[in-house]
Amino acid sequence: MAGNPRKDEISGVDTTGHEWDGIEELNNPLPRWWLWVLYVSIIWSVIYWIFMPAWPGISDYTRGTLGYSQRNEVQMELAEVKASRAGLDEKILTSSLEDITSDTSLNQYALAAGKAAFGDNCSGCHGSGAQGAKGYPNLNDDHWLWGGSLDDIHYTITYGIRSTHDDTRFNDMTAFLTDEMLEKDEISDVAEYVLSLSGTSSDVEAVSRGESIFVDNCVACHDEGGIGNRELGAPNLSDKLWLFGGDKKTVVQSISYGRKGVMPTWETRLDPVTIKALSIYIHSLGGGE
Amino acid sequence: MTRETTAKARLSIDGWVTAGALTIGVFYAMLTAARTEDPLMSVHAYIFAGAFILGIFGIIKAYYDSSERREKEPTDAPVEYNLDVIKAGVIASVFWGIAGFLAGDTLAFQLAYPDLNFDVSFFNFGRLRPLHTSAVIFAFGGNVLIATSFYVVQRTCKARMPGDFAPWFVFWGYQLFIVIAATGYLMGITQSKEYAEPEWYADIWLTIVWVVYLFVFLGTLWKRREPHIYVANWFYLAFIATVAMLHIINNLTVPVSWTSTKSYILFAGVQDALVQWWYGHNAVGFFLTAGFLGIMYYFVPKRAGRPVYSYRLSIVHFWSLIFMYIWAGPHHLHYTALPDWAQTLGMTFSIMLWMPSWGGMINGLMTLSGAWDKLRTDPVLRMLVVSIAFYGMSTFEGPVMAIKAVNSLSHYTDWTIGHVHSGALGWVAFVSFGALYCMVPWLWNRTQLYSLKLVSYHFWIATFGILLYITSMWVSGILQGLMWRAYDDLGFLEYSFVETVEAMNPFYWIRAIGGAFFLVGSFIMAYNLWRTARGDVRVEDRLLAPENVPSPVAAE
Repeated sequence: MAGNPRKDEISGVDTTGHEWDGIEELNNPLPRWWLWVLYVSIIWSVIYWIFMPAWPGISDYTRGTLGYSQRNEVQMELAEVKASRAGLDEKILTSSLEDITSDTSLNQYALAAGKAAFGDNCSGCHGSGAQGAKGYPNLNDDHWLWGGSLDDIHYTITYGIRSTHDDTRFNDMTAFLTDEMLEKDEISDVAEYVLSLSGTSSDVEAVSRGESIFVDNCVACHDEGGIGNRELGAPNLSDKLWLFGGDKKTVVQSISYGRKGVMPTWETRLDPVTIKALSIYIHSLGGGE
Repeated sequence: MTRETTAKARLSIDGWVTAGALTIGVFYAMLTAARTEDPLMSVHAYIFAGAFILGIFGIIKAYYDSSERREKEPTDAPVEYNLDVIKAGVIASVFWGIAGFLAGDTLAFQLAYPDLNFDVSFFNFGRLRPLHTSAVIFAFGGNVLIATSFYVVQRTCKARMPGDFAPWFVFWGYQLFIVIAATGYLMGITQSKEYAEPEWYADIWLTIVWVVYLFVFLGTLWKRREPHIYVANWFYLAFIATVAMLHIINNLTVPVSWTSTKSYILFAGVQDALVQWWYGHNAVGFFLTAGFLGIMYYFVPKRAGRPVYSYRLSIVHFWSLIFMYIWAGPHHLHYTALPDWAQTLGMTFSIMLWMPSWGGMINGLMTLSGAWDKLRTDPVLRMLVVSIAFYGMSTFEGPVMAIKAVNSLSHYTDWTIGHVHSGALGWVAFVSFGALYCMVPWLWNRTQLYSLKLVSYHFWIATFGILLYITSMWVSGILQGLMWRAYDDLGFLEYSFVETVEAMNPFYWIRAIGGAFFLVGSFIMAYNLWRTARGDVRVEDRLLAPENVPSPVAAE
């Protein structure tokens, strides 16, 4: 070695005798514990290679004495879950919704399955507690646009609303301003009338002007007095529950431009058992009829 | 000795080569801009052309300024180091560092409050995220590595870097790569490979720059007037050479056409995933670990004024580190389509990597033996030491997380984000800050920093920020992992995904606030370094004792 090793006064250890830009190196040995832990980690790895799949060859790999395979593992776990639910899925598939709900253990199973499916598929729009959001109905109350019986709910989930399915539930709230059917001040008046149905209007004159417009344009779907029509999915306007909001600005917007919210069809994405379970779960949330 | 300067000697050979190449580059870029049907490509072609033209002007200016060019020095003359390019590197490091931290903290606030993307495509999380990662890793980290490696290799080899233009080409070429990458992300150009998002033409440009970097580094080693190569330079060389290999292989793509921004990667499916994580993990290993260990091996002994603890340990941990690291990538793909055997190798090599990583920590910390008292008086040294502590913590946490049983909980959760940031903020950034605090007075010939008190503030504020960041991500990550795997009695998932997202929210706020502390610290540093470079010294009662002021000149 080039250079002159010297003894470092502070540590009492020799330097290697090299020096770069004032930096020297001490000639300390490898820390013993460090070396041992390194050895142990290597030995542990070699043992692990013996037991588990490890080294590739030309056309195969060392499979390890334990015969572990990630794919087998997951197959076994799935089989276990399947066994624990033995027959339940088949029973749900073949029973009517009413029969399922009257069988306590089957109902319990359907509720659990429905809850999990709701979290993964529905909560994005309807909220994780099914509380809804602007434009997305709250599913906990007893206020239903298309009906709240088990069968109604099942139909809605299966075919959707304004979805791509041929059997979808469908209606079309007219865009009265866009389609040039009403003038702006007429819309304002009819909005006042609509608000008056739930007792939230203060402009008496506008209400009386709006009433005749309502009769001419709206009762066909929303019925007299705006009580709504489930057959058509037309909301009740006389209560204080609003899908998009009950302030005047929002009501004017609804009348002017229409509302065309979409609920997708789930028939193509979920299996029949899951759709049944979801129907039962949603029915159970508090507003089922 | 008389200085005779002939006209021929006014421009060195690398100047002519660079000027010629840039001229060709201008024409090619203009041609691309004219022919492309892709508006984004034409933006980038114009940026390239503009940068090349500026480069040519720079060389012409150097040509006329070169009347005082030095003649060939006699071998016993003191070495005239090339420091100007390093100064530029320091400025770029601070600039890109702040830009990257700012982008990161913006993302942190966006995660806590998504409306902060203002519905503008440029601020979309998906575009800002690679901007953040590339800005901090490649723009900030890369500039720190280039600047410190140029400094360290010259001083420890007692040799000037070869070429007058090559180091500048590396510096400016690298900045151009950063600008192309960053503008590309914001416009939506990406090849969708994590940490390798820039498209094919940016990759080719970086390859050219990187090869020149390698030659400049090797050339300096070749010219050295020391019998041996100092350990810091082993690490820098491992970093430069391996990153070149990783970059080229992971970016083997086929462009749709020569005038299109889009390209398709050569590998498919799980092979692509494996190449990607072989690259990704070794970017951590050779960029963020080996490179920054190079920084540590120079600046820690220099600042502490003590010899490196163990030469033997540095050899053994260097070779074991680079041998083990290259195998560990598959641990990013546990429980995926990757074959079991590859997962096993990834996991076991990660565990065997633990001690080789810790070798660097031991050598760094033990170098302070005999100088621990300096931690009380020198906040810069404190920053360097804490960076080593964070390094030790992250390189322990890494192997633990690579164990499949742990990984099944931690994978895809915020725990990973926390782990990355304890390494990135605690180790990479802190050791970089320490090196910058050392280098600025040395480069600008100042007796000391403008204010040690401000360094101390920076240290405490940033450390507090890091602790908020990593502790919140630990809690959030483990909570997230446990919620994901919670089943009810009948085997159905207990929580929906949105419920787990909702549970993360408070921790996202804490993380964002921690990031803000870190960002504030970096502003304090920028101010302090700027005043230092100007030559100001703040009067305070905590000046370093004169004998403790580290100097770049060897104290023989």
